[in-house]
Amino acid sequence: MKLFEYEAKEILKKYGVKVPKSVLVKKGEDPIEKMKQAGLEPPVVVKSQVLVAGRGKAGGIKMAKTWDDVKRLVDELFDKPIKGIKPRLLLIEEAIPHEIELYVGMVIDRSERKPVILASKYGGMDIEEIAREKPESIIRVHVDPFIGLKGYQARLIGKKIGLTGKALSNFAKFLTALYNMFMDYDGELAESNPLALVGDEVIPLDARLIVDDNALYRHPELAKEILEESGEYTEWEIKARKKGLAFVELDGDIGIIGNGAGLTMTTMDLVYEFGGKPANFLDIGGGASAELVKTAVSFLVEFPKTKKIFMNIFGGITRCDEVAKGIVKALEELGKLEKPLVVRLAGTNEEEGREILKKHGIEAFVDPIEAVKRLMEL
Amino acid sequence: MAILLDEKTKVIVQGITGREGSFHTKLMLDYGTKIVAGVTPGKGGQEVHGVPVYDTMEEAVKEHPDAIASIIFVPARFAADAVYEAVDAGMKLVVVITEHIPVHESLKFINYAKQKGTTVIGPNCPGLISPGKAKLGIMPGHVFKEGPIGIISRSGTLTYEIGYALSKQGMGQSTVIGIGGDPVIGTSFTEAMELFEKDPETEALVLVGEIGGDMEERAAQMIKEGRFTKPVVAFIAGRTAPPGKRMGHAGAIIMMGTGTYQGKVKALEEAGVKVAKTPFEIPELLRQALKK
Ligand SMILES: Nc1ncnc2c1ncn2[C@@H]1O[C@H](COP(=O)(O)OP(=O)(O)OP(=O)(O)O)[C@@H](O)[C@H]1O
Ligand SMILES: [Mg+2]
Repeated sequence: MKLFEYEAKEILKKYGVKVPKSVLVKKGEDPIEKMKQAGLEPPVVVKSQVLVAGRGKAGGIKMAKTWDDVKRLVDELFDKPIKGIKPRLLLIEEAIPHEIELYVGMVIDRSERKPVILASKYGGMDIEEIAREKPESIIRVHVDPFIGLKGYQARLIGKKIGLTGKALSNFAKFLTALYNMFMDYDGELAESNPLALVGDEVIPLDARLIVDDNALYRHPELAKEILEESGEYTEWEIKARKKGLAFVELDGDIGIIGNGAGLTMTTMDLVYEFGGKPANFLDIGGGASAELVKTAVSFLVEFPKTKKIFMNIFGGITRCDEVAKGIVKALEELGKLEKPLVVRLAGTNEEEGREILKKHGIEAFVDPIEAVKRLMEL
Repeated sequence: MAILLDEKTKVIVQGITGREGSFHTKLMLDYGTKIVAGVTPGKGGQEVHGVPVYDTMEEAVKEHPDAIASIIFVPARFAADAVYEAVDAGMKLVVVITEHIPVHESLKFINYAKQKGTTVIGPNCPGLISPGKAKLGIMPGHVFKEGPIGIISRSGTLTYEIGYALSKQGMGQSTVIGIGGDPVIGTSFTEAMELFEKDPETEALVLVGEIGGDMEERAAQMIKEGRFTKPVVAFIAGRTAPPGKRMGHAGAIIMMGTGTYQGKVKALEEAGVKVAKTPFEIPELLRQALKK
């Protein structure tokens, strides 16, 4: 789950990090009033709180030099969609004059199986181009997950991005705080870009934290309904998620249901291979219950993009008889399936599954190629 | 021979009294796996399909000192603890079926197991099977047949599909490993390939990859450097899937140039690996590769 900039900065404060003074405004609130209460004066930066990256380049970050600018820019930014999403909140933050923008971030390196810290002296909005053109300018340091970030490692990283003296120890302190936040909050990513260097001080002008969804149970205070705001999901994807379905909308017209991401993707690839275009990806996962199968089938029948539906199941922990029962339930609930459904069943309890479907007049294929051919004939 | 698992391997099932644990214990027993004990805290003294249940791994190992492998069906919140318990009880092989384990937990138990010399398969994986000998996982046993082909797969169900396609063509398998779909897993492509390279029974290898990550690229590198010398055929799922969602700058920087379908196919082909367009082309490509 992605956190907003203001949330990530709020958490950083708990780790003793000094962040720019700011106020958060909702639509309809008086920004001037709020700023005055907080003792904040122009120049300030007005920042659209959306979860997509690259807000600056999309026009979501604006400098306000006067009170009039503040009023105008607040109105402007509330109405401006950033990559399709309008903000619910704006962060008005003291402008920090600075010349040097550093980059620092961390993720888990899958192949090393360790957290890896990335840092560069060329931070700012163009960091990805820099990584492409001057990969050697990005410092990478792995951290032992049991020992944690060692003090000297933090200093070494600072040294390698050109810091010395008091700035070096301030940077090391900041990096340690960011790392601790990353570990404590089950981060998939923690980063600050840019981290401004102002005299001897480092100040995070931006902060980002993505929390592992599988770990949200350990951070209940963060859990919230942000599907609409995340900007990552379409209307039907949000509907699907609310029903507990792993669904991705695509451009074609053939509904796809599979079990397991690999098989579901391969099913899409197969449909393409035979001249069809998938309307979606829907993975019912491992060990799906009849109830979930029913929900999935009914959902694709409702989903306006689908003209026909292809269900490809290879049972392991998923039992074909459960799947068949789910299809029958959907059939009973909907009266009849308005869209043709082609089913392929193989694996655990496949005979039982096929038997159940047969009783209800649905033929289930064993061979996926035969099934796709039948699908394309319909 | 086979790798990691055969008909003599003595196994403990952790989480044996749960719905999935007991269901798959039955299927593994039917397949011929030597399951000697099960562990569920608080359920010691019971029996599941004739297998004695203990409260702790320590007790299970005391009664069954020849057990060297465990398989974990414990819910995500308790799975990491189950892995530590298995490693500390001296298991050489631990298969983690559980999905949705927080990645920071997997990261730690995988590093811990490595230090103690335990091989972890998974998490979020179907396990492994040495056809005709034993299975330590949740895959339907009947789709696999004994033979000379090794399979390493990032996907669960797709592995069954491919095993089935090979078996139908008379191409049996030495060992089939589903290494799991999580970002951090205990055994990677290249680590499993080292084992297959040394196995005299394995004559050729099928790699079943997926878009994302850089494991396929690393496998290609290993083949290119001559550290894996047997014929390899690959399939990568997700040719038509839209590119994955970005994860901040760091995600983009670290993954630069890797992870796409095209990138993986290119790396593999440059290493001399034939990449199948559908799983059903694999048997024919294997036959050609074996002839050379
Ligand atoms: N408080 C501030 N004072 C001065 N300049 C600022 C401040 N906040 C942001 N900026 C400037 O605006 C730019 C963009 O802001 P920020 O990094 O917060 O947004 P972004 O474009 O979403 O970032 P990203 O590209 O990381 O997604 C920064 O690189 C920085 O130069
Ligand atoms: Mg930024």
